Amino acid sequence: MHKYILRRLLMLIPVILGVTFIIFTMMYFTPGDPARIMLGEAAAEADVIRLRAELGLDDPFLVQFGRYVKDAVVHQDIGRSYTTKRPVLELIMTRFPSTLNLAALGIMVAVIIGIPTGIISATKQYSLFDNVAMVVALLGVSMPNFWQGLMMILVFSVYLGWLPSSGFNTPAHMVLPALTIGTSTAAIITRMTRSSMLEVIRQDYIRTARAKGQVESKVINRHALKNALIPIITVIGLQFGYLLGGAVLTESIFAVPGVGRLMVDSIRSRDFPVVQGGVLFIAVTFSFVNLIVDILYAFVDPRIRSQYK
Amino acid sequence: MTIDSKKVDIQKENVTEDAKKRSQWLEVWRRLKQNKSAMVGLAIIMVLILSALFADIIAPFGIDDQNLMNALQKPNSTHWFGTDNFGRDIFSRVVHGSRISLQVGFIAVGIAMITGGILGAIAGYYGGRLDNFIMRMMDILLAIPSILLAISIVAALGPGLSNVMIAVGISSIPSYSRIVRASVLTLKDQEFVEAARAVGANDVRIIGRHIIPNSMAPIIVQATLGVAGAILSAAGLSFIGLGIQPPTPEWGAMLSSGRQFIRDYPHMTAFPGLVIMITIFGLNLLGDGLRDALDPRLKN
Repeated sequence: MHKYILRRLLMLIPVILGVTFIIFTMMYFTPGDPARIMLGEAAAEADVIRLRAELGLDDPFLVQFGRYVKDAVVHQDIGRSYTTKRPVLELIMTRFPSTLNLAALGIMVAVIIGIPTGIISATKQYSLFDNVAMVVALLGVSMPNFWQGLMMILVFSVYLGWLPSSGFNTPAHMVLPALTIGTSTAAIITRMTRSSMLEVIRQDYIRTARAKGQVESKVINRHALKNALIPIITVIGLQFGYLLGGAVLTESIFAVPGVGRLMVDSIRSRDFPVVQGGVLFIAVTFSFVNLIVDILYAFVDPRIRSQYK
Repeated sequence: MTIDSKKVDIQKENVTEDAKKRSQWLEVWRRLKQNKSAMVGLAIIMVLILSALFADIIAPFGIDDQNLMNALQKPNSTHWFGTDNFGRDIFSRVVHGSRISLQVGFIAVGIAMITGGILGAIAGYYGGRLDNFIMRMMDILLAIPSILLAISIVAALGPGLSNVMIAVGISSIPSYSRIVRASVLTLKDQEFVEAARAVGANDVRIIGRHIIPNSMAPIIVQATLGVAGAILSAAGLSFIGLGIQPPTPEWGAMLSSGRQFIRDYPHMTAFPGLVIMITIFGLNLLGDGLRDALDPRLKN
């Protein structure tokens, strides 16, 4: 098992290096002179030239890329913001807890709604509950997150006045963003739980369990759900990863001070080191989440665990 | 056997193969027709396509007909979806917006399908180092959540319709390359491929005429669902101001501009959002139906 984890960790290195190269290349070829952006349009040409030399912006592309990677690995330095002049990593780390909280709350909402609904739908296939749940789930998958967020603000903040519409300071502030991000994910988890459960409950060992006189709740929870969990865990893990990176829109709507919003603001102010660092940070986090999901399989499924022993 | 009789045999084979292909697709269509939800999805998409084609006739007003005297009107008999802060008719803009969204959806998926398909086919067919290199590149792209990749590409290229299509297209390439590669891997050692190789067909012909047509089922399903994803991503990019810019009547951009009036004039955000949702709902219904029709074994 340790060998497997180590091998997967080593495999992450080229992926992260590749992501760094792609993002660095995109930002490098983006129109606009970083020195000019830092000093402002009114700055003298001589000052711009001096700053370009100081920052090494006149060096060849590969030299600059090599320096970026070296600084990132050796000094954990992924650049400085053009606008605030603060280290990018520091900016991201001050924002990351909000993104992590939002993603974790969203996944909690999704799991609480998605798994039970999926189980009931599968056990009562083609019933009224199943049909309604599936239509609602499909609507949930089809609903744009940003529109759902706005409609929730309209109902719960404007009309009912129950919850605040922006910010992320108190639990009350977290309800609407978590519901927005969680319900669409719940729809995906519901669909996956249902189809995974349907596949499992037709297996012979479920029939055997029933034939032995096992109580239905035990058949579902002990025998069926346990075996249906692998694809469900995969989806939950993948969705958690996506929520970390894809919460950009929700963060923008509810003014959540997260990494996604930081990146959108940075694109608007052409603060490219922050954009570059943000994408890199999220990609690394996303890759680690995927790795953790793969390791979790082993804990859920003894068949997989035995392969690594 | 004479050369002439051989020719006749080959022609007969071609005719039966064509008929077989036709009947295969007819069978898929028959199965699709039996699926009520897929038909609802198809109807939604047909309405959308028709409204995009005949937008000039259907829309009672122009997309940029400003009339400040009529600004911020709630839905009424003249303006079914109300008017925006410039007095423009929201219904007309939503109808015209279907052109933009369908364009973005189809072109972005086209970019992803062609590029991803070619890469996947090459990787699967040739295998070895080339396969390893292409698929590791895809792994790298997959390590960045697609919306974030699209945002980064738009940040580099700048906002605008064509850049959004490119950004959304590129971010979807890995899924198509994986699907096509998997299909090619299962098909490349089949007898009909060997037969094609034996009669001297080159690699391009084998991939293009024999392998790809036989692996269309998962590609079609992915493309249908992909159009939905592309429309959603483009709307999301426009919503945060990085996509298609006003006054183009793109649904996401319309939602974004209605945001500041949401307290008093929610119709400005409600209708464009509702139309996005119905469109995606239709595409998802159709995609699910197609998946069941193309591979009935998957249907639960």
